[in-house]
Amino acid sequence: MSNKLIDLQNITKAFDGSIVLDDLNLYIRENEFLTLLGPSGCGKTTTLRILGGFETPDKGRVIFDGRDITSLAPNKRQLNTVFQKYALFSHMTVAENIAFGLRIRKKSEDYIRDKIRYALKLVNLEGFEERTPDSLSGGQQQRIAIARAIVNEPKVLLLDEPLGALDLKLRQDMQYELIRLKNELGITFIYVTHDQEEALTMSDTIVVMNQGYIQQIGTPEDIYNEPQNAFVADFIGDSNIVNATMIHDQLVEIFGVKYACVDTGFGTDKPVDVVIRPEDLELIAVPENEDQSSEEYQKALRKITRINPGYFEGTVSHIIFKGMHYEMEVQAHGFEWLVLSTRMFQVGTKVLMSVDPYNIQIMNKPESEDEKAVSMQEIV
Amino acid sequence: MRKAISRIYLAFIFILLYAPIAVLIILSFNNSRTRAKWGGWTLKWYLSMFQDQVIMSALWNTLLIAVLSALISTILGLMASVSLLAMKHKKRSIVLSLLNIPMLNAEIVTGISLMLIFIAFGQFLSHWGYMIEFGFGTVLIGHITFNIPYTVLLIMPKLRQINISTYEAALDLGASRWLAFRKVIIPDIMPGVLSGFLLAFTMSLDDFVITHFTKGPGFDTLSTKIYTEVRKGIKPEMYALSTLLFASVLLLILLFGRGRKKKPAPELV
Repeated sequence: MSNKLIDLQNITKAFDGSIVLDDLNLYIRENEFLTLLGPSGCGKTTTLRILGGFETPDKGRVIFDGRDITSLAPNKRQLNTVFQKYALFSHMTVAENIAFGLRIRKKSEDYIRDKIRYALKLVNLEGFEERTPDSLSGGQQQRIAIARAIVNEPKVLLLDEPLGALDLKLRQDMQYELIRLKNELGITFIYVTHDQEEALTMSDTIVVMNQGYIQQIGTPEDIYNEPQNAFVADFIGDSNIVNATMIHDQLVEIFGVKYACVDTGFGTDKPVDVVIRPEDLELIAVPENEDQSSEEYQKALRKITRINPGYFEGTVSHIIFKGMHYEMEVQAHGFEWLVLSTRMFQVGTKVLMSVDPYNIQIMNKPESEDEKAVSMQEIV
Repeated sequence: MRKAISRIYLAFIFILLYAPIAVLIILSFNNSRTRAKWGGWTLKWYLSMFQDQVIMSALWNTLLIAVLSALISTILGLMASVSLLAMKHKKRSIVLSLLNIPMLNAEIVTGISLMLIFIAFGQFLSHWGYMIEFGFGTVLIGHITFNIPYTVLLIMPKLRQINISTYEAALDLGASRWLAFRKVIIPDIMPGVLSGFLLAFTMSLDDFVITHFTKGPGFDTLSTKIYTEVRKGIKPEMYALSTLLFASVLLLILLFGRGRKKKPAPELV
């Protein structure tokens, strides 16, 4: 996991005058499961196609294993692609599909037969040699597409939203399958998806992209827990993103209420964005029309201030049962807070709401107008 | 009752469609020289047809021109379709409509224009001592010309259905561009290419007008030969010849239909 296997340097690409990738820099290590994640049009597929050799960047270089392959033809590259819609050769049998690359490389028929058997075993489709692609289900076709790619022993496998066309259950099964495959093959996987859950489940490294820029690179935990900007926070999972002011280190003011937090180094009285994950908000119910000086209220107050000195008073305005938890909306200070909780609160319940200082994520406001456009457009 | 009527109607339509051909076929076996009289079954017209040098050379010309013009126009049509698909949408639709106009144009206009351009080109070449002889070459060029739009018309839709990632997948697996085209694109568009070829073949087979204007004296295809014969009164050999032509076209269609059934045209996502 140390060698830089692929190095993308200053990649810029435009189609018909509109910029798709803008000065992209990214390296991929050997044996890494790297995911390019972002909404459609963010440039993730173009990045993959540049790696595969199907597009040539306008500017920049692609270094593969120390060699410049920027303008090398796709058939000369040591990587193979699994396409979004499988792209199996429909007039060939499964065996002929898998053998396609090997026959071009003039391998012996014995070698090819062994390889086909090995690959089909690897994707759990033994005995499918003589079937035709159109007699297979979507999931099976995808496995054949993977088998066809890996028999060529590529150093890198590129996967372009390979699970996009499958239904939810199958998609989850295939995710585990892909992780197992990667571990057995010991090669680098570069995976493109717009599905954040898929990215979080499978990746060693996630590259979040938007409008041709890389927004953040990190492990799934980093990306989820420490989003670097509002775009990442919003794209990865649900979150509450609000304007706030950093009073000084470890104290942030949200809607006029001062909260303890753990972040430092943002300066004093500085406008910031705050991200709070819905599952991190904690609620305590207080009976409606309850006098603030009553014992009941004081007890709730003591409980909530043990979490954080700052708290909101709000009203549950919406609740949906989601199986493992309830999804609620809480009205407080004119903002609809999204809250996930295993406990149920009736609509109309008055609640006290707060959050552990560790779970308040402070982010700098985008500085330039450009950056702002990149990060805020998707949210609003 | 309604079912009976609809059956009778259907039978009526088919009789209308096939009666003339049936009459022709029956007459080709008629032992009598006149149409008016049935003189019993015979195969003598077929025999004398095969012995008639003039008819045989016309048949040979017809088949040769049909095969060659279909083959060449299919190849050109395939090349044109690939490049058309690579064009931007606006440009493509302009070129496509330019391509469609000759199909709608009256055949006689196309025929006369082809004749005129051959004459003009011949005069141009005569400055250098070359000359254009009207005959096999000019007819072939004429047939290729009117066939190309039809082959494009049939190949384009198939090519448009192709999932371009299968082509890219072949490149990705190490195939050169030509190999990827041959191994992946061609098999998928084969039904379109074949029907383009067959349509071009039959169009060329029964063309009269364009052949008439581009052929020189002494060169004949079946249609022009039959036309000349008609002025002298039709010989029964002509019935035999037409029956044979009909039978071969029928055979072609049946073969083609069976080939398609065995391996259904691949539906690409």
